[in-house]
Amino acid sequence: MSLAAFKYADLIHRCFRCGYCKFPDNWTDVNNCPPYARFRMESYSCGGRLWLTRAWLNDQIDWTEHLAEILYSCTTCKNCVIKCPLRFNVDIVNMIVAARGEMVEAGKVPLAVKRFLENVELYGNPYGESKAKRGQWAEGTGIEQYHRQEYLYYVGCAGSYDARAQEAARALAMVMMKAGISFGILGSEETCDGNEVHQLGEMGLFEMLAGNNTSTFNDLGIQKIITFSPHAYNAMKNSYNQYGRNFQVFHYTQLLCGLAEAGKINTSKGFHARVTFHDPCFLGRWNDEYEAPRSVLNAIKGIELIEMNKNREGALCCGGGGGNFQIDLLGGSESSPARRRVREAYETGADILVVACPKCLVMLNEAVESEGMKEKLVVMDISEVMVKACAL
Amino acid sequence: MDPIYQALVDIAGEEYVSNRPEELYIYSFDLGTAEPCRPHYVISTRTTEHIQNIVRLANKENIPVVPLGGGLSLAGLAVPLKGGILLDLKRMDSIIEVNEKARYAVLECGVSQGQLTAYLERHHPHLTHSEPGAPPSATIVGNAVIHGQGDLAQPYGFNSDLVNGLEVVLPTGEVCHFGSVAIGAGWFTNHPLPDMGLFLGWCGATGIITKVSIRLFPAKKIRGVGTFVVEDEELIPEIIYKLTHTQMAEDIIAFSRAIPPFASGLQHVTVNIAADSDKELEFKQEIIWDDTLGEYIRKGDGGYLGFVRSLERPQISKTSDYKKGGGFEYVGSIMPIDRYPECYRKGREISERHGIPYTVTGRCIGAGHNMMFAWTYAFNRADPATIEQAREALHETDDLVLELGGVIWKPGTYGQKLLLERLDPGTRELMRKVKKLLDPNGIMNPGNWEVD
Repeated sequence: MSLAAFKYADLIHRCFRCGYCKFPDNWTDVNNCPPYARFRMESYSCGGRLWLTRAWLNDQIDWTEHLAEILYSCTTCKNCVIKCPLRFNVDIVNMIVAARGEMVEAGKVPLAVKRFLENVELYGNPYGESKAKRGQWAEGTGIEQYHRQEYLYYVGCAGSYDARAQEAARALAMVMMKAGISFGILGSEETCDGNEVHQLGEMGLFEMLAGNNTSTFNDLGIQKIITFSPHAYNAMKNSYNQYGRNFQVFHYTQLLCGLAEAGKINTSKGFHARVTFHDPCFLGRWNDEYEAPRSVLNAIKGIELIEMNKNREGALCCGGGGGNFQIDLLGGSESSPARRRVREAYETGADILVVACPKCLVMLNEAVESEGMKEKLVVMDISEVMVKACAL
Repeated sequence: MDPIYQALVDIAGEEYVSNRPEELYIYSFDLGTAEPCRPHYVISTRTTEHIQNIVRLANKENIPVVPLGGGLSLAGLAVPLKGGILLDLKRMDSIIEVNEKARYAVLECGVSQGQLTAYLERHHPHLTHSEPGAPPSATIVGNAVIHGQGDLAQPYGFNSDLVNGLEVVLPTGEVCHFGSVAIGAGWFTNHPLPDMGLFLGWCGATGIITKVSIRLFPAKKIRGVGTFVVEDEELIPEIIYKLTHTQMAEDIIAFSRAIPPFASGLQHVTVNIAADSDKELEFKQEIIWDDTLGEYIRKGDGGYLGFVRSLERPQISKTSDYKKGGGFEYVGSIMPIDRYPECYRKGREISERHGIPYTVTGRCIGAGHNMMFAWTYAFNRADPATIEQAREALHETDDLVLELGGVIWKPGTYGQKLLLERLDPGTRELMRKVKKLLDPNGIMNPGNWEVD
């Protein structure tokens, strides 16, 4: 691979490394780029990654495992895209993803990335779990298999296999059933949405997943999909079009927001708590949806919503994006983004940190434990808050 | 195992030390045209004690130490010219104290100007600091070390003049304090103890500043910027003289640039005004635009382009993208204001000779006591020929500064050489003695301010 053949050869030298990309929108600190926050070395800053990528493609430095880890530590959270004042900013994350693509093609990726991709290819999920187990989370809940209901409830890999995320996936199903939503799931027929596969740079596998999923959805006559995860929402909304997408896709908070506004959910029990909300990157910065989750929370009697200092466009990523939920290149330290984020949440005085993403849920839940905050801060998905408010 | 690497790991922990090619590559660069030089090690420090241990190790091993703040001087001042240990100070980023009534902040050396701005806006909305035009990741200490100036330079002068006190690790590892804090009296003044100005302007060649107390100023409720434009550059010194007489501006900047082409050759003067009420703002606007600059409008020499009621943070890095090239560097100078016309004309000539769109800027410091005049040269990072072109233009401009009777601001090695050649022999000798006394093994940022 040479720089000349790189898709962004005409762009990548334009990063000045001014460092805006490290900040949130209100300039509070330089820790809003998750890998930089974790390691605090320039090599892990957004500009560092771009300069290293260029140096690698220019043969100024060799590929090493460390170089690959630096590139794969990016959570593709798009803080840099928001903050960079230069005109090429929209392509910053694309450049990192493309560089990862070069590594994938050359077979030079960290072992954890290799395992992730192998598992998705073999089992349809990055956990390496049997596809037959994919629907087990719903057993005993009364959730139906999809058979031409109004909505497909697409749960995704985390909601299907991670024990903590499963709880929230079930909670959402309960809320939707209570609200009389007509929906079904694919169970063992569901496959990875491919969002992280795309971010990890494995375009061939992503094309296969997106193509197969789209065919499945079209064959089943699915018109509307509710995703549990913002990651799946992002992939389906923004990348499935070219594979013949015939369906509308909603993140579940958008559905709940509509139900709340229409008075179709009875939250009269209320939920009396001080809460703060963590914006998921793939709902917020990637898809500009900041209000739906807040509207849902604000519709619940008794909730006092306190914003974190860094919120909406300025939210700090939990560290789980871009495959890092599994490959975990940012964990293991009090500087890990998830641990920083729960400290920021705690600073608000909130008792509950509310999320709208299964990956954030798991990441931040574990961070609360690592910080020894279990008695002080509880992490809940919005769906779980709704279960309480609806007395389900 | 490399014993120096191991010793550094013992000091700061494995995660914050590297001798891997990726870190050595990244830290070899300045963002301007300076040639890269690779360090042997990179370390990200968290405490003053870390730094003490590192300089002791460096003396023992006779290896250079190069301190790095935001890394935004663009003059190559933190390029490890002779290798050694690159000390990234940005992890030392605690805001230790803000004294609201005495209007100062005590900061660790890695606190960025963006961080301080945000902190004051959130916790002390009545206070502000003189924010440099550099990107927000520039550090407060780094800016003071290079005698930087901010957006309160007109009333209050250089940011290095706003220092109330310092904590410094000497090249031999001792910790010293300067200002009132040196006698345990807090961080409220740098005077009246004997002058110890041994560290500002030295590019880290005499020690590493680990803490600073910096003066803060009233933050008015309304801040905005008005722009005035004239065609004749000869009018600028007079305009600045009249504006400073009003004592109503927070910042006065004159600039001219080739892009956009329709404005090429015009001289713009931006005037920052602050007020606590519309009444105060109106009064100041009337004094500045009507009473002071009105005569130029009436004579047809100038025009008022309006007032924007907010202060946008300058996005100086956009200069790097003028030609989609990703790079720029500038020569800064401290210059008498009456040289503005020549600075503009000769700088424009240099730019045009090198085929670079010209950008010149003069920021008024104090009551017209001098200005920081800068000539900016963009280049394409992917095209070595344009980098060389910019480098040549920069060197010519360094020469020009001295020809025009100015002083090169934050000079790189070329500019330092020019200045040292002209430096009073007595001063040179004093600098040599100071350096030898403080840094007997010459470990601190070698290649900078080397008198011998």
